Amino acid sequence: MINWIVILPFISALVMGIVYLADTKAKRYFFYTAVGVGTPLVMTILSFVLISQLMNGAVTIHGTLFQWIDIGDFNISLAFMADRLSAVMISFITFIGMLIHIYAAGYMKDEEGYGKFFAYFNLFMGSMALLVLSDNPIMMFVGWELVGLCSYLLIGFYHQDRANIKAANKAFILNRVGDFGFIMAIAMLFVSLGNTGFTFESIQANIHTLSPEMMTLIGFLLFVGAMGKSAQIPLYVWLPDAMAGPTPVSALIHAATMVTAGVYMVARYSFLYVEVPDVGIFIATIGAASALFAAIIASYQTDIKKILAYSTMSQLGYMFIAVGLGAYSAGIFHVFTHAFFKALLFMGAGAVIIALHHEQNIFKMGALKKHLKLVYITMFIATLAISGIPPFSGFFSKDAILVAAFSSEHYVIWGIGTLTAGLTAFYMFRMLFTVFYSQEKADHTLQKLPSSMTYPLVILAIGSATVGLLGINEAYGGTSWINTFLALPDLKFHLSFAVEYMLTALNVTLALLGMGLAYKLFASHATEPETHTLWKNVVINKFYIDEIYEFLIVKPLLLISWLIAKVIDPRIFDGFINLNVWLYKKAGFVFGKLQNGKVRYYALYILTGVSAISYYMLMELGVR
Amino acid sequence: MSPNMFYLLASILFSIGLIGLVSRKNLFVLYMSIELMLSSVSLILATLSKVLGNADGSVMGLLIIGIIAAEAAVFLAMIVNLYRAKRTLDSDAFNSLREGAFND
Repeated sequence: MINWIVILPFISALVMGIVYLADTKAKRYFFYTAVGVGTPLVMTILSFVLISQLMNGAVTIHGTLFQWIDIGDFNISLAFMADRLSAVMISFITFIGMLIHIYAAGYMKDEEGYGKFFAYFNLFMGSMALLVLSDNPIMMFVGWELVGLCSYLLIGFYHQDRANIKAANKAFILNRVGDFGFIMAIAMLFVSLGNTGFTFESIQANIHTLSPEMMTLIGFLLFVGAMGKSAQIPLYVWLPDAMAGPTPVSALIHAATMVTAGVYMVARYSFLYVEVPDVGIFIATIGAASALFAAIIASYQTDIKKILAYSTMSQLGYMFIAVGLGAYSAGIFHVFTHAFFKALLFMGAGAVIIALHHEQNIFKMGALKKHLKLVYITMFIATLAISGIPPFSGFFSKDAILVAAFSSEHYVIWGIGTLTAGLTAFYMFRMLFTVFYSQEKADHTLQKLPSSMTYPLVILAIGSATVGLLGINEAYGGTSWINTFLALPDLKFHLSFAVEYMLTALNVTLALLGMGLAYKLFASHATEPETHTLWKNVVINKFYIDEIYEFLIVKPLLLISWLIAKVIDPRIFDGFINLNVWLYKKAGFVFGKLQNGKVRYYALYILTGVSAISYYMLMELGVR
Repeated sequence: MSPNMFYLLASILFSIGLIGLVSRKNLFVLYMSIELMLSSVSLILATLSKVLGNADGSVMGLLIIGIIAAEAAVFLAMIVNLYRAKRTLDSDAFNSLREGAFND
């Protein structure tokens, strides 16, 4: 059964791909929708069966497809393993994936490459399932690369526009940088532990045989991979540009699932990270920096999808704070809740974009509250959730992370996290108020939204409001069910309930302050931010990071390439070879004279040769 | 009788053959020069057979004479064919193995 979760989407992607290529012009709307949406539906059902088996006592569920590589000691199977962590991940991935597929059936209805889109989308679902359910690091890496490929294909879906191709390439190349770290880490793990089997379970069992330095290095390199995939400083610049893809892609890949793969990986290797807390602090620091940095940029963006992209990066920062400080369950819990409300925000944004005929600038929207009532209500719930207003889901997961940061006594990280929580509320409500309140802009003739786009919003809104209840901790009378279920090697912190209540009160107060500020500034009248002060100028231009990268990395690389292509290769390497060619030509000219085809000369050569050999034999070898 | 005279005679014969081979152009002369060189080798074999009191050398010399006879048949047939091809007996005319001949 676990095999089918992974195989099924690959099969349907293949079928749809073949059918699409057979006739790219044919509509076949019903076929693509049935296969494309049916597949994640079946996957969801299978995942729920899987997680219910784990809830009823099974420790892990294994499935082996076939032996992939078998060379001496080097055995890699295409095998799957579902423990509690991967079961939780696969359940919400397939569930939210299914909803986004339904939504996409409405969103992409009139697009030309409808079949291609669903082929890619199902391929992504399969790749993500492979990543999450793989039982060894190598197959996980295969899944990791495949989701990167799908991300590339889908960002560049509207390939008629050159800018989109550039964004797709940017995402792909930056991910390669991260993958380099990941594959180095896998190689080092294999060299040191490969002889005792190379599945997660055997690595976990033998991890203590590694030296601390080795573990630190492996932990760091794995995190480099996570930085690329999960868009953390300094490898984040691809994520905002990735919004060039269709909105369902942004919702599924660049918000709910793929970008959280980095967090999942750190949690998957938690047995390694608990041994090296220094790397954990580094991860948490990067996470905190990314969270704050992205929140500041998001506060000045005008494109609705880019605001959400930076918000995703910021929330991923929170997750890395949690997993870095050893609160793995809190991190995964935030991944879980974030998937709901962020997917909902993206889908709501997509609905607004479709209704307004592909307008993405929030300052050209306004007063949409009464026109798009359902979208407004669901997005409001999601915004409350992401801002951490109780009792919505984001409150519980974000609270758990900040409490963990406070009790681990990393007060700077905690302070940044808390500040960012306030900022999050500010920029999210800034978006919400600007889009749905504010003043009416040019009279819109709104496009009607199909029901396949609105029902998933309702389901996700219910989810965003309630899934937080799974993780209510003891301070609020719950049992931290999700932490207990995940059974990750969390560091245990002891904090009195009183302190926790105070922290919560602080977070909620800051969130309400951010919300109030946004209401005051944007609810009645919203204008586009102007670049008249230095600070605003810098922030609106995203701290010029793209330009700095361009200057520090792209330009020197181009210069070196030019130097090699135009100077070193033609002058030095080709020059050396051409010199040799010239010498052989000259030598050939001289020796060619000897071969004149006249038999008498050949006889003379023989005579000369025989004489020389005779002379040598007589004089040098002393033959008599 | 000293064998040295025989060695000297053989050397002179061989040298005459060699010089003839290198300096003359007529195919028949070339052929005769080669025969002369072969005969000088037979002479050395016969001489050494006598000096060492062993019949092997003489046997070999007789064999060479037999081979020369066979070779003569082949060689003469070749010369006839070469003459038919180019209507000349000048060995320098048959130079299609020279450098660059392939491109002509």
